[in-house]
Amino acid sequence: MNSSNKAVITVIGKDMVGILAKVTEICAKSGVNVLEVTQSILQDLFAMVMLVDMSGSSVDVAALSSEMDRLGDQMGLRIHVMHEDIFNSMHKV
Amino acid sequence: MNTKEILETINMIDNENLDVRTITMGISLLDCAGPDPDAAATKVYDKICRYAQDLVKTGEDISRQYGIPIINKRISVTPIAMVAGACPGASPLRFAKALDKAAHNVGVNFIGGYSALVQKGFGPGDYALIESIPEALSETELVCSSVNVGSTKAGINMDAVAKMGKIVKGTAELTADRECIGAAKLVVFCNAPEDNPFMAGAFHGPGEPDCVINVGVSGPGVVRAAIQKEGAGKSLTEIAELIKRTAFKITRMGQLVAQEASRRLSVPFGIVDLSLAPTPAIGDSVAHILEGMGLEQCGAFGTTAALALLNDAVKKGGVMASSSVGGLSGAFIPVTEDAGMIDAARSGCLTLNKLEAMTAVCSVGLDMIVIPGDVTPEIISGIIADEAAIGMVNSKTTAVRVIPAIGKSAGEELDFGGLLGQGPVMPVNMASPAEFISRGGKIPAPLQSLKN
Repeated sequence: MNSSNKAVITVIGKDMVGILAKVTEICAKSGVNVLEVTQSILQDLFAMVMLVDMSGSSVDVAALSSEMDRLGDQMGLRIHVMHEDIFNSMHKV
Repeated sequence: MNTKEILETINMIDNENLDVRTITMGISLLDCAGPDPDAAATKVYDKICRYAQDLVKTGEDISRQYGIPIINKRISVTPIAMVAGACPGASPLRFAKALDKAAHNVGVNFIGGYSALVQKGFGPGDYALIESIPEALSETELVCSSVNVGSTKAGINMDAVAKMGKIVKGTAELTADRECIGAAKLVVFCNAPEDNPFMAGAFHGPGEPDCVINVGVSGPGVVRAAIQKEGAGKSLTEIAELIKRTAFKITRMGQLVAQEASRRLSVPFGIVDLSLAPTPAIGDSVAHILEGMGLEQCGAFGTTAALALLNDAVKKGGVMASSSVGGLSGAFIPVTEDAGMIDAARSGCLTLNKLEAMTAVCSVGLDMIVIPGDVTPEIISGIIADEAAIGMVNSKTTAVRVIPAIGKSAGEELDFGGLLGQGPVMPVNMASPAEFISRGGKIPAPLQSLKN
């Protein structure tokens, strides 16, 4: 199935200074290239969605996810890292 | 990148209990049969450990990769009666123990297939296996058992129905010190599917390949939330469309997981089972979907109609989302595993009679229902016969998984813990069907079996 090496990072929680910086810092350290970033408000919560390319990355989705989990715990945010295939399969016929 | 769709998926997982309920590896044990029972049991253990050694880790890896919870990893095997039949006279219990040991070794949470298919009569190994079920389920932890007593093609084997009333009661009695848990791991089927990934009724049918991956999806909470958010003021036509669209998304996720598991394990992909499987968690209830359509409580008049709509819409939405649909596929109504059903049973709104009617339109049958401990084996056989008749005539799967609460009566409760949940003892009509059951013989296959 691994049709691409793209993953989606979503950050949901209370808005605060430095969220984007901290998330992208982890990405940069692991060689994960950020392709697109959008922000919106979901049910009064800050929601940031990033599309990233992992083809040059030194880690896999699972490892990146663990690292983001730790950051999420520190900052009181929910951070998900999911392979993009899941969204393509669920929302496209 | 569609932010709305991405956040919808995240919300389904975080807040609406979206998950893949089970990845089930089906393993054929036909090549393990032989005249030496101990050698056969060793072969069974070795084959399961060899084939399933990476199953749990692969499930966890896929879960991390896609960010989807995959709750259970399980194994189904060839009905053990077929393997045990090759060594007549030897106790089939050794196979139950081999299955349990193998399941513990590879780390799965259930193994199904301590089973016999006797819809047309008892073959070699069948009778001994059925007799051993109470002991097998009390002496093992992870083994699940099922017996198919009828089918649309073969009719109903009433000798087996009579026998199973005693076996269900006996299994509960042997595990009376553990909330009668044995009976929660025993299913009596009519028209049992050979590729069902869900427990306790999973087994690997004789027509299946050597090894196969089947996936069971879930998601009652997602359907409930969709009706809550978008269903206000809508007609039932529109509700059916809404459920179809939601079922499509859920099933696509299951299909993706199934294909990925199949690829990583180098095992052919079998089917996706589209069932809405509730859990006792708040917000993960099939009863709450029915109530969301506008019923005061599950069990009210209108419940059967609402369930028929739900069951059909789930199939229609799911069938286009997967290359191969199978198993039970529809909506489950296990009472003790569903917060809404538990409440409705406690309040008396949901009765056994209503549940029986609901089984004519849902995907399985009378499931996880706690009955009084003094119910006789003949009454349990009567319950099984009625369910089997509904399945036989309507060409659908029906099943009975009732748990006699030994020493308890209506109003008291059993608590199994975990996914099996808890529930009140439901009142049962105690009028005796003993003479009818003791006649034995067969109920012949109905006219609709003659399709050729």
